Amino acid sequence: MVTELVLDQVSVRFALPGATVAAVSDVSLRLRPGQCLALVGESGCGKTVLASALLGFLPGNAQVSGSATLSDEHGPTLDLLTATDRQLATTVRGRRIGLVPQSPASHLTPVRTARAQLEEVVRALRPTEANPRERADSVAARAGLTPQDLDHYPHELSGGMAQRVATALALVGEPWLLIADEPTTGLDRHLVDGLLDEFRRLVADGHAVLLITHDLAAAQRVADRIAVMYAGQLIEIGPPDSVLDDPGHPYTRGLGRSLPDRGFTPVPGMPPLLTDLPPGCSFAPRCDHVAPDCARRPVLTTDTEHAVACHRPC
Amino acid sequence: MPPPVLTGLRADAVVAGYDPRRPVINHVDLTVPAGRTTGLAGPSGSGKSTLARVLALLHKPFAGSVHLDDEPVTGFRHRTPHAQRVRVGVLFQQPRLSVDPRMTLRAAIGEPLLATRAPDVAERVDELADLVMLTSDLLTRRAHEVSDGQLQRACLARTLALDPGYLICDEMTTMLDASTTAALVGLIRDYQARTGAGVLAISHDTVLLDHWADHTVRLTSGGVLDASSAPTTTT
Ligand SMILES: Nc1ncnc2c1ncn2[C@@H]1O[C@H](COP(=O)(O)OP(=O)(O)OP(=O)(O)O)[C@@H](O)[C@H]1O
Ligand code: SF4
Ligand SMILES: [Mg+2]
Repeated sequence: MVTELVLDQVSVRFALPGATVAAVSDVSLRLRPGQCLALVGESGCGKTVLASALLGFLPGNAQVSGSATLSDEHGPTLDLLTATDRQLATTVRGRRIGLVPQSPASHLTPVRTARAQLEEVVRALRPTEANPRERADSVAARAGLTPQDLDHYPHELSGGMAQRVATALALVGEPWLLIADEPTTGLDRHLVDGLLDEFRRLVADGHAVLLITHDLAAAQRVADRIAVMYAGQLIEIGPPDSVLDDPGHPYTRGLGRSLPDRGFTPVPGMPPLLTDLPPGCSFAPRCDHVAPDCARRPVLTTDTEHAVACHRPC
Repeated sequence: MPPPVLTGLRADAVVAGYDPRRPVINHVDLTVPAGRTTGLAGPSGSGKSTLARVLALLHKPFAGSVHLDDEPVTGFRHRTPHAQRVRVGVLFQQPRLSVDPRMTLRAAIGEPLLATRAPDVAERVDELADLVMLTSDLLTRRAHEVSDGQLQRACLARTLALDPGYLICDEMTTMLDASTTAALVGLIRDYQARTGAGVLAISHDTVLLDHWADHTVRLTSGGVLDASSAPTTTT
């Protein structure tokens, strides 16, 4: 059996009084062991919502369409978008897919030490483990923490330490797919490098990593492919060097030029209104290449290694 | 009351932390001069955020003093006199921890204005939202219904609402993509150019500080300022 997660036309809409938010639109992707895919894009473009959809963490007002088929030898083949919360809780979360959530400090239980929380997850996911304490220490070390670090309560952890605790929690069950949402936030350069090395090790060991990040340098270092999202859609995907150094989509080019050492110039204009996206290309209001054919929505070319959703690529 | 003359936000020989036997920062002198951006770098755990909280008047040091435009600061946190508290704005790394998740962005941005009984709050909120590039559809959403980056922009709007003379940005952009970072830094620079405000920019990202700050100082892991990086004294 092939181990893979296949997203086919995944869309997420939020119903609000008087408006619908198109948070994720028609995202198709394939994730396989031995691969690291970095997902980048403007804040609010739908990265976290996409990750939440895969793990069943969307709020009640969300409507999901498309499919996300998880197949591996660790459990039944499952469409994550229609699976029940019970199925996800008992067979998927932490076991087949691990999630490092964004803003981990707000996910940790305030009244228990990091160690207590980590050991609890060890006991839940690895009931046969003879020594939960040792296991907790060894996973924590892989995330860059010392055993003493674990004895703190969440409020005593710096942002970077809370971040590493969250990474350790996601590693405990040895899921084949790790989804890490901004896992390097608040970490020093050497810790970032250490974590990226750990991700590379996981990938070399046959895991898959979906890395959601704003850190383009980190993405370039660790990923086999970079996917760029804009307004809920995938607009470019390909090998990191080619996507970042020779972008095809005007938005990706703009993102590169906004790096502090590459011009520090923001993409002009306002972020898109997800409640009222234009019918054609959603980047059109900010694009300096815009032409009449951009009134039709561009689709991602599917036959090339470096694919772009744009009628007039750079 | 005329606006105070901005002469700087200054920490003298500050010792601070959470346990007096093990202070996190030790005898730090640091001035955030008006009109300039001071970068603060240093490894994780070196006390950057503690120093930020002292300078934001949110954390009482064990020893040493803080002066705001040459006036001594006599109380910290809720003991800070109102007139001083509103002079220093602060932005943290995790906007989720500083906004009530059930509050709409409009209410969150307007909160400090309401507290000071400012007139035309609604209009002012629209202006501020525009400034930080929050589209109008986001203003009616609750904090838990927007992305982290969108919430951070709302926090910047809320902080600028009271026209602070000093702005402490503690890892403000770690949640943000490169373009939003560049845009917010641009906004803060415009605000600075308009008002002469002083900014303390704290970040792990030295490339960012190189391009944002006028000069950068480093805290070492012992919580002391690295002398070799101390700013050339501005007189
Ligand atoms: N519960 C909700 N109800 C309505 N809209 C929502 C809800 N949660 C998120 N959104 C919207 O969905 C869009 C995508 O949000 P998401 O959190 O996925 O962004 P992101 O790409 O992860 O951003 P960041 O980089 O800032 O973390 C945003 O416009 C956000 O405002
Ligand atoms: S499709 Fe047209 S508007 Fe959209 S990015 Fe390409 S050139 Fe610009
Ligand atoms: Mg996110």
